[in-house]
Amino acid sequence: MSDEDDIILSELNDEELTLQMHDDLYDGLKEEIEEAVNILLERGWEPYDVLTTALVAGMTIVGKDFRDGILFVPEVLLAANAMKGGMAILKPLLAETGAPRMGKMVIGTVKGDIHDIGKNLVSMMMEGAGFEVVDLGINNAVEAYLDALESEQPDILGMSALLTTTMPYMKVVIDTMVEKGIRDDYTVLVGGAPLNEEFGKAIGADSYCRDAAVAVETAKEYMARKHNQLAG
Amino acid sequence: MNHSDATTPGKGRILILACGALAHEILALTQTNGWDHLDLTCLPANLHNTPDHIPGAVEQAVEKHRDAYEQIFVAYADCGTGGRLQTLCDRLGVEMIRGPHCYSFFEGNEAFEQRADGEIDVFYLTDFLTRQFDAFVIKPLGLDRHPELRDMYFAHYTRLVYQAQTNDPALDEMAQAAAKRLGLTYERRFTGYGDLATALADLG
Repeated sequence: MSDEDDIILSELNDEELTLQMHDDLYDGLKEEIEEAVNILLERGWEPYDVLTTALVAGMTIVGKDFRDGILFVPEVLLAANAMKGGMAILKPLLAETGAPRMGKMVIGTVKGDIHDIGKNLVSMMMEGAGFEVVDLGINNAVEAYLDALESEQPDILGMSALLTTTMPYMKVVIDTMVEKGIRDDYTVLVGGAPLNEEFGKAIGADSYCRDAAVAVETAKEYMARKHNQLAG
Repeated sequence: MNHSDATTPGKGRILILACGALAHEILALTQTNGWDHLDLTCLPANLHNTPDHIPGAVEQAVEKHRDAYEQIFVAYADCGTGGRLQTLCDRLGVEMIRGPHCYSFFEGNEAFEQRADGEIDVFYLTDFLTRQFDAFVIKPLGLDRHPELRDMYFAHYTRLVYQAQTNDPALDEMAQAAAKRLGLTYERRFTGYGDLATALADLG
């Protein structure tokens, strides 16, 4: 492509620019996303609107195409990295402007497992959806989860595992929560490549989430139910 | 021994339905030991990267071949199927290899389990994966096109252990180069064929 064909982001109107951002997210163009986020902010957009209209909507397209086998893990990671660049600009502004808060989640990969790609995607999409996320990282023993539940008082606990050998540890955490009488204080969502719905049910989780988009939708549903129960 | 396509039956009474990543090793074992009662057919090794598809592919292959053999043995471990492959094999009445994955049964499931806690940061290569490092690791992870993704995949890994099924200095060199490319320290560990050999020896 010649220089004349290059798109000048600042010359696009708002609608064109957000559509271009969806394309740039899809192509994993981090610098372009950062530039476009700054342009929208300079034009007076609310940070929350930039997040939802441009970044989350764009990443949702990526998620759907991943689910449908059109995109693969490397492309999703590049898109996530681009979104992360945009989020880094927006995050402090979101805190200042009091964006709507959906709820709070503590999330971590279970003991014996160092894989965090899926967990990181979930964290990012949950933040994008307005959840506060406390990410415990990898290789978490039951004590780490319990300490975080006590100190952070989240609505949701998320656990992730990539290995068949580590996924049973989720049951250890849930059983300990039951023993301590705190299981029903939280919504427990689990995910990871070797898991399935049946496993989620068998270990006593509230839901198995097959990908980040499903995790966000599921978390929103549980939060809505919680609000309804409180209202009732 | 029939390797090319089990739709044309060989002399064997038992069909080994294997992951393509084990073909070389199973052939070596059957040839060395004169196990003429075993035929081999393989599913594509790249199922390794999409474990979700393994049970369906195994079921289809078992149904396709079961009338031609007294017994079918599935040469897969759990391989990331979260117990679904074992459930399927139980339902179909066929046996499979015990263990979570080939890294475990090559080393011997018991030995691997004993080491497991100390090796959560280890990335394993077998002879097959060493030979096919570009095709099965680098390209599917997109590292050929986007080397900057390295940290997103490997930041928490510290070591690469090459589980050597054979003594081949060329493979040792390739595995070392793979470790260097991923930024991991290198260890070569000779395993031989481990529990794969005993599982096949127990057949018929």
